[in-house]
Amino acid sequence: MEKRVLFRSTWLPWLLLAPQLLVVGVFFFWPAGQALIQSVQQQDAFGNSITWVGLDNFRTLLNDETYLASFQTTLIFSVLVTVLGLSIALLLAVFADRIIKGATFYKTVLILPYAVAPVVTGLLWAFMFSTSNGVVTYGLHQIGVHWNHLLNGNDAMALVVMAAVWKQISYNFLFFLAGLNSIPKSLIEAAAIDGAGPMRRFWTIQFPLLSPTTFFLLVINMVYAFFDTFAIIDATTQGGPGKDTATLVYRVYFDGFRGMDFGGAAAQSVVLMVIVIALTVVQFKFIEKKVNY
Amino acid sequence: MKLKIAALALLSALSLSAQAQTEIQWWHSMDGALNDWVNDLAKQFNASQTAYKVVPTYKGEYDQSVAAGIAAYRAGNAPDILQVFEVGTATMMYSKGAIKPVADVMKEGGVPFDSKAYIPAVAGYYTAPNGQMLSFPFNSSTTVFYYNKDAFKAAGLDPEKAPTTWPEVVSIAAKLKATGSQCPFTTSWMTWAQLESFSTWHNTPYASKNNGFGGLDARLEFNSPLHVRHFENLGNMSKQGLFVYKGRAGKAITSFTSGECAMFVGSSGSYATITRDAKFKFAESTLPYYPDVPGAPQNTIIGGASLWVFAGKPVDHYKGVATFFNFLSDPKVQSASHMRTGYLPITTAAYKLTEESGFYKKNPGTDVAVNQMIRKTTDKSRGVRLGNFVQIRAILDEETEQIWAGKKTAKQALDDGVKRGNELLAKFQAANK
Repeated sequence: MEKRVLFRSTWLPWLLLAPQLLVVGVFFFWPAGQALIQSVQQQDAFGNSITWVGLDNFRTLLNDETYLASFQTTLIFSVLVTVLGLSIALLLAVFADRIIKGATFYKTVLILPYAVAPVVTGLLWAFMFSTSNGVVTYGLHQIGVHWNHLLNGNDAMALVVMAAVWKQISYNFLFFLAGLNSIPKSLIEAAAIDGAGPMRRFWTIQFPLLSPTTFFLLVINMVYAFFDTFAIIDATTQGGPGKDTATLVYRVYFDGFRGMDFGGAAAQSVVLMVIVIALTVVQFKFIEKKVNY
Repeated sequence: MKLKIAALALLSALSLSAQAQTEIQWWHSMDGALNDWVNDLAKQFNASQTAYKVVPTYKGEYDQSVAAGIAAYRAGNAPDILQVFEVGTATMMYSKGAIKPVADVMKEGGVPFDSKAYIPAVAGYYTAPNGQMLSFPFNSSTTVFYYNKDAFKAAGLDPEKAPTTWPEVVSIAAKLKATGSQCPFTTSWMTWAQLESFSTWHNTPYASKNNGFGGLDARLEFNSPLHVRHFENLGNMSKQGLFVYKGRAGKAITSFTSGECAMFVGSSGSYATITRDAKFKFAESTLPYYPDVPGAPQNTIIGGASLWVFAGKPVDHYKGVATFFNFLSDPKVQSASHMRTGYLPITTAAYKLTEESGFYKKNPGTDVAVNQMIRKTTDKSRGVRLGNFVQIRAILDEETEQIWAGKKTAKQALDDGVKRGNELLAKFQAANK
């Protein structure tokens, strides 16, 4: 049964939509349009001389092996961030759901990282793992692990993944907890009476009923891993060592603002936009079918 | 009530007219003890006259503040003065009307300006091919070698004897490691110190066309046998734990001041920060070289930054900038800055003043930077001026990191650096025809 609102005037719906349309127009369509235009231009740093070069910027990108390698880097990074972020948050949410004493304390502490700005997050983790005077580095040295994210690409990837996941867990935790709370307790109790153990109850009742939340968080986490992690990478490894942690979005910043190559960076951001749109479409078309609302 | 409002309005009108000072916005990248220096310079200038007020703002590291300046220009909000590092010179030079040459600024400001008063190696770098001085040399540094005298003593080495050649550095590093040092040697600004300055110090080309001074069709040449040999040496040192990589740009300096690393190649401008933060006796010495290379040691390369003035500002702003630059050129101000920071004295008059004051005798090692730079330069050692240089340096940071990580050999890394860098040079040439 769908609820439909009927508007008798022709201009009122538009008026009501106008603020939202304005925001989307200014903050998405306008910059995206500029990016599309800039991607077919070659400019000098100051924007004083502009030449139209057609698809040259895109061709240069496809011939650049470090750019193709960054696809792989971004894939590894976003899969790790999404999978770890969702699974750890789900685990914590399930535990937090069952606690009676001190529930508020645990929830507050677990949600707190979300309030920390991404740059601060990056700096915190970079400091803890600093090769010269990091607390965690010292501890790892004691047990024989020589941590060096300045030279070891895997260590650098681990560091940025940890920082990105730490921040995102709070957000996911919040939604999972709300999702778990919305499952009628009667269902779980009925399963318990029928003899289902906690694991069985989770996988056959709670997890399927959480699927709308999980699907939503999957989309949000992918977008987060693709775009919002830029600040964390800049604060910790600056895409290094070499280009081991240079995700697609970091390369856009690096080539555009450090390298002053606005045409190339615009082309990269167009590619990135196409990828994320495609991913979202795929998610909505195929995975949403499995979601039980 | 009405009287009070009238009185308030009159007062505010009066105070507004008293604040008709022209504000000169100055964006810079000086942090640490150098930030104090910049603020003191501005305070001194502002106190010496009332027409202009220089407002210095820290905008992040060198590459960040250049990006900020360019973005501000694109938005129509550029500052009056922007401190741009030497690597960004080509970008600013070819900017087609975005900047105003300093020679013009001084003329419009009615301030006499004699470019011959400046040290040739310094002024020549910021001069256009037609002889016009484009930017104002502010903090010019060069690469020098610092070492921890206390650490040398503890390892049984003579603290007064600095290693002057690379083979000596290796043998001293081995002794330091044998007596327990976790980091005998490190370097900051890897590409500047170990590739660019290394090239000029050994009178070897870094790029064709006189390192880019001769035209936009210059291409990179730092994968020569000498360069490969040096990086193979550093790679071997890294494998043996004699050289420990401590990060890009100036990140390694805290490893030296904390006492972790005993020997350190850095900027002469780091002198201020090291003096303030190091709790041990240290000394400044010349950059090491390979004694078997003919022509070595020649001169080291210029580093640091200069002050660029943006175009499109009102006339009184340019008068203010000219007055400020005149203040900065005063030999007393220059000499004081040089003694405080370790940056080179920009004018020969300032150098002579410092010498006469006996500063170099009282603080041995502080004249190292000047001596390395004041020699007559050759075509291969005047400096490096290339487009997209910021990007090229970043590429070289990435490629050399692969050497320390054991992923590429020195030859592979340098060859890849040349290949990727040449693509950027071709792009710059095309964009600035």
